[in-house]
Amino acid sequence: MAARDQHGPGAPWGKDFHVVGHAQRKVDAMAKATGEAVYTDDIQLPGMLHAKMLRSPHAHARIVSIDTSKAEALPGVHAVLVGSELPIKYGVIPWTPDETALAVDKVRFIGDEVAAVAAVDEDTAQAAVELIEVEYEILDAILDPEQALVTPEPAIHEDRKRRDNISKHVDLSFGDVDAQVAEAAVVIEEDYEFSSNTHTAIEPHCAVAQLGADGRLTLWSATQITHYVHRAIARVLELHPARVRVVQPCLGGAFGGKSDPFSLEFVVSKLAMKTGRPVKMLWTREEVFYAHRGRHAMKMHYRTTATANGMITGVDAKLLIDGGSYSSFGLVTTYYSGQLLTGPYDFPNYRFDSTRVFTNKPPCGPKRGHGSVQPRFAFEVQLDEVAHRLGIDPIEIRRRNFLGDHTTTVNGQRITSNGFLECLDAVEKASGWKERHGKMPFGRGLGVAGSMYISGTNYPIYPNKMPQAGIQIKVDRSGLVTVFTGGNDIGQGSNSMVAYLVAEELGIRPRDVRVVAADTDLCPVDLGAYSSRVTFMVGNAAIDAARKLRKQITESVASHWATAPSEVRMINGVVIDLQDPDRTMSQREAFHLAEEAHDTLGSTGSYNTPTLGGDYRGGSIGASPAYSFTAHIAEVEVDPETGRITVDKVWVAHDCGRALNPTIVAGQIEGSTYMGAGEVVLEEHTMNRFGLHQGPSLLDYRIPTSLDTPDIEAHMVESIDPEGPYGAKEAGEGPLHSTIPAIANAVHDAVGIRLRTLPFHPSKVLRALAEQKPAQEVQA
Amino acid sequence: MLRMPPFTVLNPSTVDEAMEQMLAAAGEARWLAGGTDINPNLKHRLLEPQALIALEGVGELRGVSVNEKGWLRLGAMTTLTEVAEHAQIQAQWPALAQAASLVSGPQLRNMGTIGGNVMLDTRCQWYNQTHFWRKSLGYCMKKDGTECHVIKGGSKCVAAASNDTAPALMTLDAEIEIASGDGRARMPLAELWQADGIWNRKLSPQELLVAIHLPPTAAKHHGAYGKLRDRGSIDFPLFGIAVRLDLDDAGKIAHAALCAVALQARPWPLKKVADALCGTTPGEQDFLDAVEQVAALAAKQCRPMPNIPGDHEYRHAMVPVYTKRTLFAAAAKAGPVHHL
Repeated sequence: MAARDQHGPGAPWGKDFHVVGHAQRKVDAMAKATGEAVYTDDIQLPGMLHAKMLRSPHAHARIVSIDTSKAEALPGVHAVLVGSELPIKYGVIPWTPDETALAVDKVRFIGDEVAAVAAVDEDTAQAAVELIEVEYEILDAILDPEQALVTPEPAIHEDRKRRDNISKHVDLSFGDVDAQVAEAAVVIEEDYEFSSNTHTAIEPHCAVAQLGADGRLTLWSATQITHYVHRAIARVLELHPARVRVVQPCLGGAFGGKSDPFSLEFVVSKLAMKTGRPVKMLWTREEVFYAHRGRHAMKMHYRTTATANGMITGVDAKLLIDGGSYSSFGLVTTYYSGQLLTGPYDFPNYRFDSTRVFTNKPPCGPKRGHGSVQPRFAFEVQLDEVAHRLGIDPIEIRRRNFLGDHTTTVNGQRITSNGFLECLDAVEKASGWKERHGKMPFGRGLGVAGSMYISGTNYPIYPNKMPQAGIQIKVDRSGLVTVFTGGNDIGQGSNSMVAYLVAEELGIRPRDVRVVAADTDLCPVDLGAYSSRVTFMVGNAAIDAARKLRKQITESVASHWATAPSEVRMINGVVIDLQDPDRTMSQREAFHLAEEAHDTLGSTGSYNTPTLGGDYRGGSIGASPAYSFTAHIAEVEVDPETGRITVDKVWVAHDCGRALNPTIVAGQIEGSTYMGAGEVVLEEHTMNRFGLHQGPSLLDYRIPTSLDTPDIEAHMVESIDPEGPYGAKEAGEGPLHSTIPAIANAVHDAVGIRLRTLPFHPSKVLRALAEQKPAQEVQA
Repeated sequence: MLRMPPFTVLNPSTVDEAMEQMLAAAGEARWLAGGTDINPNLKHRLLEPQALIALEGVGELRGVSVNEKGWLRLGAMTTLTEVAEHAQIQAQWPALAQAASLVSGPQLRNMGTIGGNVMLDTRCQWYNQTHFWRKSLGYCMKKDGTECHVIKGGSKCVAAASNDTAPALMTLDAEIEIASGDGRARMPLAELWQADGIWNRKLSPQELLVAIHLPPTAAKHHGAYGKLRDRGSIDFPLFGIAVRLDLDDAGKIAHAALCAVALQARPWPLKKVADALCGTTPGEQDFLDAVEQVAALAAKQCRPMPNIPGDHEYRHAMVPVYTKRTLFAAAAKAGPVHHL
C-alpha cells in the first residue's frame, strides 16, 4: 500500500520533469496578493455573534466561585460559558489530556481561559466579560523550572498518577558514554541555556462555528491540524464525529503555533450550540502570546569526548525543559530533545536524560524545529569547542564525523539519502571560508554548524494502522482535475505542491489542477502540517493517486490509437503518440476517452511510513522515513564597545532531496534562517516576577525588522531520496537549526568568547568580553 | 484585535475653534495629532476621553518656514518625515533632523508629528500594557493604581521621557508656542518639564502646542543625535543623546550643549558636563581629552532605571559610549549615531 514501494524518484514521462524543479507560481499567490483570499476572520455569517474570553489574572489559583449573572443580564449578550459546561479534558497527545476548554477548578497561568461570552458585537462581549465575578483562592506560583523539579507541592496538575510537577522524563542510553572519558584526548563539558521564544505568525488565532439546521456543526478555524481538531471537538462536545465538520480557511502563518486544539475552537462551537447562532472569536495579539506553544526554554548540560584527531567517541546530555502549564506536545518534545541529535555525525556512544517540568507560565509546544533546535545549539557549539581545543578546522571536524548515507544512527534511526557533505562544501566555498575563517580582524568572524531534521515521523499521534496521508482525485469533462487533500496549507505551499505533483504525473499544467484542502467533510484524512511531514507524505499520496489515474488515461488513449500505453505521452496538457508525433489530442479528449472506457473517473492514493525506529520504548519517536540535512556559515561583526552582534551574512545549504519548486524551497530556507537569527540576537518570551508576560505585543517582543535581517544566500543540495515524492524531503524546519550555533561560533571567531546562553543580548557579550580580558592576562 | 473605547471625533479647522471645543469638553477631550501613540494608548485604556479633537484640518499647525531673522518655525502638525527630510533643517539644525529620522519606522514617521513627539506621554514597562495586563498586576501609580513597580515604595512616578526630538530641540534652545483658554504664550522648551512621570509637562492636557520656534544656528554649528535601541527601526529609545557644538572662527568650541532622554520623567540636559568641551578644538588632543571627561561625567549624571524594557545596567554602560560617539559624529558633521 505504501506509496514509497511503488514509485522511484524519477520523472514520470521520460527523463525530464516539466513542472517539478521549475519555478512555479503558488496556486493561491494572486488571491493573497489581491486580498481575495478568505482567512477565518474574513468569514461573516448572517446573525453571527462575537465572543470574548475572560482570562485568569493569577498565575496559580483555585476557582472558588464564578458569578455570571451580571454578564448574562447585559443587553446584547446571548450566552455566557464556564468551564463546568465543557469538563472533558483534551490534549493533542492522547496520553496526556490535561487541558479543558475553560478552567474547571484551577487556573495555571496568567492568561488561562476562565469563561467566555457571546454577544451581538465584540464590545458588548468584552463589557460582559468584565462583569463576570470570579472568586479565587491564590496558590503559590512556580515560575522557575529548577524549583518545579524539586517542588512537588503545589502540584500544577493534581489528578495525575504522579503527584509532582514533572511532565515527562526520558532517560535513554546507547553504548557506554562514561567509559569514553578516561581514554578521550579531549573532554568538553559545559552548560548551555536556551530561552523561550514564540512563533509570531501574523494571523492571530480565530475560529467561527455554526450549528446547521440539519444538526451538523461546522467549525472554521485557523489551525494546522484539522483532523486532530475534528477528533477533539467531537470528544469534548460529545458529538458524533460524522456531525462535525472542521475547515481550515486560508491561513496567515503558523510555525507550530496552531498545531494544538485551542480553547477558542471548543468555545465557539459550544456557544454556537447554546445560542443557535454562528459565533466567531478572534484572539488579540496579547491572547496569542498567552496561547504560546512556543519554543521550550531548556537548561542543557553536555559532555562530549573525542579522540586526538577529532572523532567523537561519546555525547552525554542532561536537559531540563520548562514546559509551562500544560502538556501540549511535551511528551514528544522530551523525546525529540534527545532523539534528533544523532546525525549528521556518527555518535558511537550517546546518552540523554531529559526532564520536562510544569511551571505556571503559558504552555510551550512545538515551534519550527520542535524540541531539537535547543540541543542542536548546545551540541554544535560544543563541537566547535572540541575542534578549537584540538586545532582542527571546524568544517573538517564535521566532515570527519560524518554519519554517511543509507545507514543507521546510534539510536536506531534509519538514514536514507544524506547530502550533508555537499552542504558543507557549498557553504565553505560560497563564504570564502578557507581564506577568511580565523584570519579576519578582531570583531569579525565566521562560524559553521550543521544539523538534520525529520520529514515527518512514523508516530501518528494516536495509534492506528490507517494511512498517514490520503488523496482523492476527481476528473471533470472540462479538462479540470480536482484534488482533495486533508493537508493543511499554512503558507508553506502544500496545496501548490499537490498541484505540481498531480500536474507532473498527469502531464498537464498546474493551472488545470484545483486543490480542495483541509475540509474534513470533503477531503481524505491527512494528519496535519507538523513535523515537516506534508511534502513527503501528502506528496507521495498525490503521486500514488495520480499514477493510478494516469494508467487509466494512457490505456484508454492507447486503445483508441491502437498503440501501446508506453507510447502515449502527456506533456503540458497535450497527448502525443511517440510513434507518430503528429498524432495528438488534448487532455480533455483523453479524459473523455478514459471516462468512456472506465466510467466516472476518480482515483485515491495514500502514504504510510515503513516500520522504522529503534526497538525500545520511545524508539519510534523521531523515526522518519527521510532526514533533511543543513549546513550554515554565518558572518558576524561584534562591536566590542557596545557588545552588539550584527549578523551580516548567512550562507545556508540545505539537502531537501529534490526541490519540487526551487523558489518555495529557497523561501523556506530563508524564512527559517531569518527566524533562527531572530532567536539568537533578539527574541525572548519571558515572564516577570509576577508571572506576567514581559511584553505581550509586537512592540515589546522584538522580532527582526527588514533592517535587522542578515543577507541570506540559500543553496539547495538535491540528494534525491529514494522514498521521497520524486526524491523530495523536507525544507520548512531543518534550515532553522544550525543558524543559531553558526552565529554563536562566528562570535567566537570574531572576538574569542563562547556565548552559551541565548539570546545573545549585547550585555552578555560585554560581560563575556570583560571576563575574557583577565583570563588572557593570566595566560600571558 | 484590541478594541477602541468609545469616543467622538471633532474636526476643528482653526486653533480658536479647537480651543473652544477643548474647553467645552471640560477635561474629557484629548488632542489627536498623528495618532501613532494615542491609538495604542486608547486600546490599552491608558486614556479614556469622551472626545478626540483631531488637529489634521487646522492649517495654522502645518508648515515649515524660516523668518527674516533666521528663526525656524515648525507647525506642531509637521510630520516627522518632513522634519527629517527637510534640506534646510538638515543643514542648519542637524540634530533635530537626525532625531526625527530615528523615531519609530517610516510609516509611523509619515503619520507622527513633531508636536506629538515633543508632547509624547512618558513610557514604562509597567504602564504601556493592556488593561488586562495592568489589572492582573494590580495597576501602577501612573494609571488606576498607587504603587510603583520600578522603585519599591517609590512616591513619584519615574516613567521615562521617550521623545527623541525633545533633547535635540533643547540643545537648540527651542521655544514653544502654546494656545490655551487665556490666549497665546511662548516659553523655552527647557522650562516645559516637571519631574513627574504621571504628567511630565507644566502645561495641562487642555493646552495646545501650536508651533516650535528655533533660533538660527551659528555659522559653524555642529549637531548630532545618538540613539540606543534593540532593533534598526520601530523601537523607542533605550537611551538618546543630542549634541550641539558651536565653533568660533578659529575652530574652537565656543558653546556646547548636551541633552539626554529615556532616563526619567524629563529629558535630561547635561548642563555643566558640556562646559568641559568649550575652548577645545575638534580634531585636536584637547577635544579628545574633553570628550573622555564629558563621557565619564555623563555616565555619572545619567542613571537609567528599570522603567522601560531592557537591561538598565546595559543602558547605563552605553551612556558614555553613545555620548562619545555622538560628540565625534557632531565634530565630523556626521550622524546620526545608531547601530546600523
